Amino acid sequence: MKKQTKIEIWVGAFVLMSLMALAYLAFQVSNFSGWKDRPTYEVSALFDNIGGLKERAPLKLSGVVIGRITAIEIDPISFKARVHMKIDQAFNQLPVDSSVSILTSGLLGDQYVGLEPGGDEEVLQQGSEIEMTQSAMVLEELIGQFLVKFSESD
Amino acid sequence: MSGFQRFLQNMGQGFLEKVAAFGRGSLFIWSILAAIPSALFRFDLLLKQIYVTGVLSLPIILMAGLFVGMVLSLQGYNILVEFNAEEAVGSMTALSLLRELGPVVGGLLFAGRAGSALTAEIGLMRSTEQISALEMMAVDPLKFIYAPRFLAVIIVLPLLVLIFNALGVFGGYLVSVSWLGVDSGAFWSQMSSQVDWQEDVLNGVIKSVAFGVLIAVIALFQGVNAIPSSEGVSNATTRTVVHASLGILGLDFILTSIMFN
Repeated sequence: MKKQTKIEIWVGAFVLMSLMALAYLAFQVSNFSGWKDRPTYEVSALFDNIGGLKERAPLKLSGVVIGRITAIEIDPISFKARVHMKIDQAFNQLPVDSSVSILTSGLLGDQYVGLEPGGDEEVLQQGSEIEMTQSAMVLEELIGQFLVKFSESD
Repeated sequence: MSGFQRFLQNMGQGFLEKVAAFGRGSLFIWSILAAIPSALFRFDLLLKQIYVTGVLSLPIILMAGLFVGMVLSLQGYNILVEFNAEEAVGSMTALSLLRELGPVVGGLLFAGRAGSALTAEIGLMRSTEQISALEMMAVDPLKFIYAPRFLAVIIVLPLLVLIFNALGVFGGYLVSVSWLGVDSGAFWSQMSSQVDWQEDVLNGVIKSVAFGVLIAVIALFQGVNAIPSSEGVSNATTRTVVHASLGILGLDFILTSIMFN
């Protein structure tokens, strides 16, 4: 075999190997196949306190991820936190009176938004606002309430 | 007073030398960049350099990737198991490999394996006057020698780092799932929920491209500037490895603070 041909074969194998590594990293290790291509619609909700919620946190329905938090900002009128979230178009039958609450996965886990479906006939659409929200549990506030109750009962 | 004058003179001399070296380096980089288009036309030269720098570096990269991944997950498991969070070992291994260890360790190994060889080759070419011979034959050494090597290093390092990362994750899987008995479903699902394609995988690739440019510039410049003697070439090779390694670590800090802040 000619030397140049041998080099070309080896380089071809090398490039193929690295492309396979890239595919492996994309599909097995990271979330590449996630929400990029699926059609989504965006809804928002006002929270008194979002605790440690971060952008890109998951939105879960009965524990199944159905969307992601896209942006968190302060509502200029009510001074509450407005959380924007994208929901997969496959879940477009969610009642408009659904409620969302900020929950924590495990004792030390990340915070996510849990959605509890309501019973209304109308469904959530692009741009609709979820009215019923429950804020994150802030440990300091809980301890504060507990201390107040504790001292009252004395 | 003369002692003080000599001190000032030494300092000025050193500074001027540094500035001159910096200027020569910049001019050299600029001329290589200008020669890259014509290097693309000599595809056979580029392929040869990809073979020499990339394919021949594969064994060390494969071994290192596997063992780094295995050690990371072993150490991570020992700590995480105390918090009953041993499933997180997958995402820990993958994140540390993709963000830092893959590009940095891959770059360090590559600088030692291929960068030093580049410097020695070019230094010897100069000391045996092969480069002058090429110039005599009206062959531009920039297009024929330097540009293909420069381009090859920049192409090869990201590919090697991708392979390093993939094997590292596989090594972590071997240790934690096959050996230590972490649940394989939890291992993969935690990993893919924590690792972001753009933030982690692509940023690691960008890092490795930057390290490739750094290694290529240092290795070629040291080779060209080597004193044409056996001692000079050996010193230049040492300098390539030291400067490239320190440069990678420093640049990594800068890139990390830009990317993950």
